[in-house]
Amino acid sequence: MSLAFDDYGRPYIILRDQGQKKRMKGLEAYKSNILAAKAVANTLQSSLGPKGMDKMLVSPDGDVSVTNDGATIVEKMEIQHPTAKLLVELSQSQDAEIGDGTTGVVVLAGKLLEQALTLLDKGIHPLKISDGFDRACDVAIKHLETISEEIDIQANEHEALIQAACTALGSKVVSKRKRELGKIAVTAVLDVADLARKDVNLDLIKIQTKTGGSVEDTRLISGILIDKDMSHPQMPKEVKEAKICLLTCPFEPPKPKTKHNINISSAEDYKKLYQQEQQYFVDMVKLVKDSGANIALCQWGFDDEANHLLLQNELPAVRWVSGTDVELIAMATGARIIPRFQEITPEKLGKAGSVKEVQFGTSNERMLVIENCQCTKAVTILIRGGSQMIVDEAKRSIHDAICVIRNLIKDNRIVYGGGSAELACSIQVLQYADEVSSVEQYAIRSFADALEGIPCCLADNCGLNPITSVAQAKARQLQESNPRIGIDCMELGTTDMKEQRIYETLSSKKQQIQLATQVVKMILKIDDVIAPDDY
Amino acid sequence: MDIVGNVLPQVLKDEATEDKGEMARLQSFVGAIAVADLVKTTLGPKGMDKILKPTGPGQEMTHITVTNDGATILRSMYVENPAAKILIEISKTQDEEVGDGTTTVAVLAGELLREGEKLIQKRIHPQHVIAGWRIARDVALKRLRDISSENDINSQEFHDDLVKIARTTLSSKLITTDRDYFADLCVKAVLRLKGSSNLDYIQIIKLPGGTIRDSYLDDGFILKKQITIGCKRRIENAKILVANTAMDYDKIKIYGTKVKVNSMDKVAEIEAAEKEKMKHKVDKILKYQPTVFVNRQLIYNYPEQLLADSGITVIEHADFEGMERVAAATGAEILSTFDAPERSAQVLGHCDLIEEIMIGEEKMIKFSGCKKNEACTIVLRGASTHILDEVDRSIHDALCVLITTVKNRRVVWGGGNSEMQMAAACEEEAKKVQGKQAFAIEAFARALRQIPTIICDNGGYDSAELIQNFKVELQKGNQICGLNMTDGTIGNMSELGVKECLRVKEQALMAASEAAELIMRVDDIVKCAPRKRERA
Repeated sequence: MSLAFDDYGRPYIILRDQGQKKRMKGLEAYKSNILAAKAVANTLQSSLGPKGMDKMLVSPDGDVSVTNDGATIVEKMEIQHPTAKLLVELSQSQDAEIGDGTTGVVVLAGKLLEQALTLLDKGIHPLKISDGFDRACDVAIKHLETISEEIDIQANEHEALIQAACTALGSKVVSKRKRELGKIAVTAVLDVADLARKDVNLDLIKIQTKTGGSVEDTRLISGILIDKDMSHPQMPKEVKEAKICLLTCPFEPPKPKTKHNINISSAEDYKKLYQQEQQYFVDMVKLVKDSGANIALCQWGFDDEANHLLLQNELPAVRWVSGTDVELIAMATGARIIPRFQEITPEKLGKAGSVKEVQFGTSNERMLVIENCQCTKAVTILIRGGSQMIVDEAKRSIHDAICVIRNLIKDNRIVYGGGSAELACSIQVLQYADEVSSVEQYAIRSFADALEGIPCCLADNCGLNPITSVAQAKARQLQESNPRIGIDCMELGTTDMKEQRIYETLSSKKQQIQLATQVVKMILKIDDVIAPDDY
Repeated sequence: MDIVGNVLPQVLKDEATEDKGEMARLQSFVGAIAVADLVKTTLGPKGMDKILKPTGPGQEMTHITVTNDGATILRSMYVENPAAKILIEISKTQDEEVGDGTTTVAVLAGELLREGEKLIQKRIHPQHVIAGWRIARDVALKRLRDISSENDINSQEFHDDLVKIARTTLSSKLITTDRDYFADLCVKAVLRLKGSSNLDYIQIIKLPGGTIRDSYLDDGFILKKQITIGCKRRIENAKILVANTAMDYDKIKIYGTKVKVNSMDKVAEIEAAEKEKMKHKVDKILKYQPTVFVNRQLIYNYPEQLLADSGITVIEHADFEGMERVAAATGAEILSTFDAPERSAQVLGHCDLIEEIMIGEEKMIKFSGCKKNEACTIVLRGASTHILDEVDRSIHDALCVLITTVKNRRVVWGGGNSEMQMAAACEEEAKKVQGKQAFAIEAFARALRQIPTIICDNGGYDSAELIQNFKVELQKGNQICGLNMTDGTIGNMSELGVKECLRVKEQALMAASEAAELIMRVDDIVKCAPRKRERA
């Protein structure tokens, strides 16, 4: 920490406790930041593409997860470095906004930073670099839009959607069954999609996991699956033409929020209280029964007595249904959530074709399936797999695929994958660089190089020679002015991504380039890092 | 520091580590193979057992377990290595899903990775290995399904199959000498369930004393409780009321109630009211006219006495499972309120005879001639609790397999036959596949063949010779040959009656290959800094 002195040689204290703080500034700060961010990008780099590898992450508590999903990896790495954390956020915002391409965005940011480092060594001012990147980014985005194609999502039994889902699933551990899972994801999304408004409420797709079986056994249930069973072992296991009463109050005597005391001072009071108590239960069950409901789902618990009264009145019930499930069931069955017993009316009941208990394996675990709900078609994807890790990873993969399909329904423009879109943009940016007469030219050119890094990375992960294959693809793109030439990752014998049918959504690609550029600009603007020494 | 000498900033937390590429892969292989090697000696009819001893101080920590069950061994182990944890996880899943084959699945995954490591050393990319394994798995699965056979659920053949499967499962356990006896016992128990898969209805009671041979299946249902003093010890034509209600004192459930009195008289009054309330409840119960009253909760002396006075036999403190079983067996409804005596006929359970019996030193209550005959009890006897626990686990395995078989109905030949057939199918396939994947397919076949090899080794036979003879025998077209582990020869599985459930094999194959694939795909291991725990 540098010290300043006044005229009499006394030191100025500029920062509080500055002796105990660490400070980095100028070029040193830039470089340290860039290296930290690059370290993260390097970790993710080998996960990119269909032949990308997975990462094994051990949590602080010793739990193991294996994943290929960029956002999950960076989140679970527990990164400490402040600049590296920016990349974590970058990946997460891509996940929140688009849901897919979380690895790609970090790798691209890493490539951009790598280029920035050489530019800094050349002595170009960071702001000039970020300006250049900005301009290059605009050019790239514009070019992406020109090369994008609209696809007909309805054609050929939604073939395009399935292909896009397959592209998203291709890099995951479930890739063996990508077509089946892709189809499941597409059906699920289309079931709940509002095609007129081009909107999909992803809340209506519930993803439930259960270990056992194999990934092949994953299936789509046209209804809601909840991990609960009937409250009393002797209640019927199946209810047809269910009229569902959805309660958010417990089958127990009321507990007013105001603090109160009931003082009993005589035996008569005591007896009266007992009767009152009994009456509560009888009334509660009666109210539910009278409304015509034939099944009650409750967010809270039941008293033993209430439970038995329900059984006696032939009213199957489920207790401790989670809040999200309650909402989902309400949406799907058209039930109103009822917070008080007094407010139960027949109109507030939800309707479903059937509610039944299903059982898995030898461990006697049961789940409830609510099928043929009257309102929207809520669906559940039940994921199976050999172990918890596989099931978890399959869940993340299917989530990605669902997001891709949703994005396509919102905006049906696609670009082709396999690095072809990045290459096409790179060529365009490079051309543009020559037209710029200021220092930014170098930055723009570097941006083009960074874009080229993505196909390079893809080729590297697939065991191809990165330089040769990228050079070939670039040459062919220019010769044939065909922006669909990419890297033949799957070794199918063609580099035309249209023939390989590798679809990626335009929105995801656009977002990747924009977000990566933004974060890089942000990192380049930091020239001073002050942190506590022991940090 | 990187290669050029730049000091790299610290990205991860202090104690976190990151291993990349070869280092990461090496770590996974070593961990997974170590776990597989640990359990592999328990495989097969001549497999050995393990003693598990908990670490740490305390009385309960001195309790040891002796077992042959893969899932139990793996579950009790504490491992650091993440890949080893994945193997343990699949073994657990196997246990939950089909109940048996828990060792096989871990060993198969370990052997696959051992072969995988060799391929990686040959500079074959993991993705190519995985691609090959996927082809091999499909081929193996197809062959496995092709060689399986199915019998009608009610036929005598199916019944025989069940006995054979139970024998095969039990042959690797402690009770292998009495396996015929226990196989028969398990099959009878499972057949009583009539296709339902609820294992809860089969109760297993463990009582130290006697020999293993003294174990038996009881037709009726045995509750490990005592009849309250002063009640009849033998009730014929019993009408049973099963309840889950507070019989100590009825606590007031209305929130915020407090009893506040200002004189001793009032206390007496309240006490009387309380008694009155209990009496009222007992009266209501009496209206149902039961002869036996079973409650899940505690029963205080007063109501107990009231009930006993009316000639009702009282059983208190039945645990929840026991109560559910009583209800299921006798066809009773579990009651918590007693306001509808008119439903008496509907809610009361029935059985021909309830009596107190003595098994060994302990008194128990036996319900025989129940209305619904689904529930039954297996009484296990043995010289020590360790033996009993192990027998319990073995019987549990056998019951699980039988239930799975009843559901699935398809069976394959045991004695390593299915593994060898699958391996042969993979090898045939490898000849047709172009490219490097073929190596991986061959490796898959070798891994599959390791299972019978280990079984031979564990039996102390010359595995190389036996397996080769086995291969030749299969090649000749003898589809039902397998390892005869009593003589160390290749025998006829049909004559030896060694059968296994298809579902168990299927699940083991799929889970093991999925797990191996998962571990193979890893090229980077990030270990977060362990959470700091404040010592209390």
